[in-house]
Amino acid sequence: MNAKSSFTLTIDTDELKRARRERINRIAKWILPSTVLVLSLFIWHFYVTINEVPHYILPGPLKVAESTVTDWEILWPATLVTWRLTMWALVMAVAGGVILAVAFTQSRWVEMSFFPYAVILQVTPVIAVAPLLQIYVDSAFLAALLCAWIVAFFPILSNTTIGLKSADHNLQDLFSIYGATRWQRLRYLAAPSALPFFIGGLKIAGGLALIGAVVAEFVIGRAGTGLGLASTLLEASYRFNFGRLYAALILISLMGVVIFVIMSLISHLALRHWHESALKREQ
Amino acid sequence: MCSDRTSIENRSSLLTMEHIEKVFNGDVVALKDMNLQINLGDFVSLLGPSGCGKSTALRLIAGLLSPTSGSIQWSGGQSLDDLSIVFQEPTLMPWATVAKNVWLPFRLRGQSYKAVKSRILNVLSLVGLENFEDAYPRELSGGMKMRVSIARALVTNPRLILMDEPFAALDEITRLKLDNDLLELKEKIGCTVVFVTHSVFESVFLSDRIVVMAARPGRVIRELQIDAPYPRSGGFSTSVEYAEYNRTVSDALKDAMALAA
Repeated sequence: MNAKSSFTLTIDTDELKRARRERINRIAKWILPSTVLVLSLFIWHFYVTINEVPHYILPGPLKVAESTVTDWEILWPATLVTWRLTMWALVMAVAGGVILAVAFTQSRWVEMSFFPYAVILQVTPVIAVAPLLQIYVDSAFLAALLCAWIVAFFPILSNTTIGLKSADHNLQDLFSIYGATRWQRLRYLAAPSALPFFIGGLKIAGGLALIGAVVAEFVIGRAGTGLGLASTLLEASYRFNFGRLYAALILISLMGVVIFVIMSLISHLALRHWHESALKREQ
Repeated sequence: MCSDRTSIENRSSLLTMEHIEKVFNGDVVALKDMNLQINLGDFVSLLGPSGCGKSTALRLIAGLLSPTSGSIQWSGGQSLDDLSIVFQEPTLMPWATVAKNVWLPFRLRGQSYKAVKSRILNVLSLVGLENFEDAYPRELSGGMKMRVSIARALVTNPRLILMDEPFAALDEITRLKLDNDLLELKEKIGCTVVFVTHSVFESVFLSDRIVVMAARPGRVIRELQIDAPYPRSGGFSTSVEYAEYNRTVSDALKDAMALAA
């Protein structure tokens, strides 16, 4: 008993130290960025007030907050439009990217025929394509959706294609020995092997879908067909309404953060049991 | 000697390899004129330096490769469906639990997990992994992963199990333990094993027949019989007999190396 308790004691000093360090880290993780935020807001506020910067050059944080409240009727519907645009683009990018990736890996002919065009679609700057889409597609929303989709789908396609091809060779041999069908191979071996790659692509595509949506709104919204937040932002800049502009900008950033959090959550849920990226290392 | 064992000469043939030749890329001769008969109940080791074609021979038997010339004949009603394989790596699906990994051969034949659950749990306890069915591979040690791999190979009750240096990546102590357990399992189940290894000691301890191979071109140079009775868990590995077999096999391996040099 005596020996045992002294043994626990020696562990305890170390354990205590680590526990303390962890506790401090846990708090610091929130306190530090919050402090930076508050400080920046203060500096921003005082810079604007002391130098009497006119609000059409740089509005203070209070002015931005005020615009957010007064223009909420404009901003919120615009946020919803941009959100819908981004999410639809992402869903279509997932569908298109995955279907094409499966087709590529199932048939070399399909891959040879279409991969170069997938690359061309990717490397052509969407901002150059958007005006054309605006001409050919009647609905501004649909045209913007196509733009955002073009930007978002490639990382999903290329990542999923690599992932589907990355199954362990011995496992592939094992599947051959057990006489697995093509479908079984895809379903039980290639698809789970591709999952971490797909999720990597999804994380990139989430961000890109928003960027694509914003770019599309800039170009397509310019024709007077106001769409979402980015159109609102652009319009506000023409009117020198910088309070609203900043409010829209902040909402776009927040949307990006929300997308990032959702993607991280999906990644965690899908991979937590087995993939290295989701594992916490002991010590 | 052990009386209930069919003596090696009286065993019925499982498969015969005749004049097998395998050439890669048109000019790399991996195997040249290999002749080998494997009988039901055999524990045959293929022993040789790297490049002697022992793994190629195994892959030919598994049907993963086809011979450039020569033939592999399965005797009476036996077929490829009756074999399973254990690789050097555990080759588990990291996204599936231990039980789901062992379920794989059944799953690919369209059998539901429920229908074979008792067999899966049974084989897991046979390899000493009871209560680990819900663990993920990453939670297991190297030796335990290898046990899962063996359980997966055993679960369908195959007539022939092919093992490609299955314990080569494990530490010596784990490896000795697994060698012992493997022999016990084989006795219990009565399957046939073809075992690829580069360890003289392991091949002598496990096999009743050792096929010594040489490299460049890969070929069989000798077949040795190890007549020590099973089970060998007792004193065999410390006996004079074991030491003598080791010397004989080592000499044969030296000859094989000299041929390749």
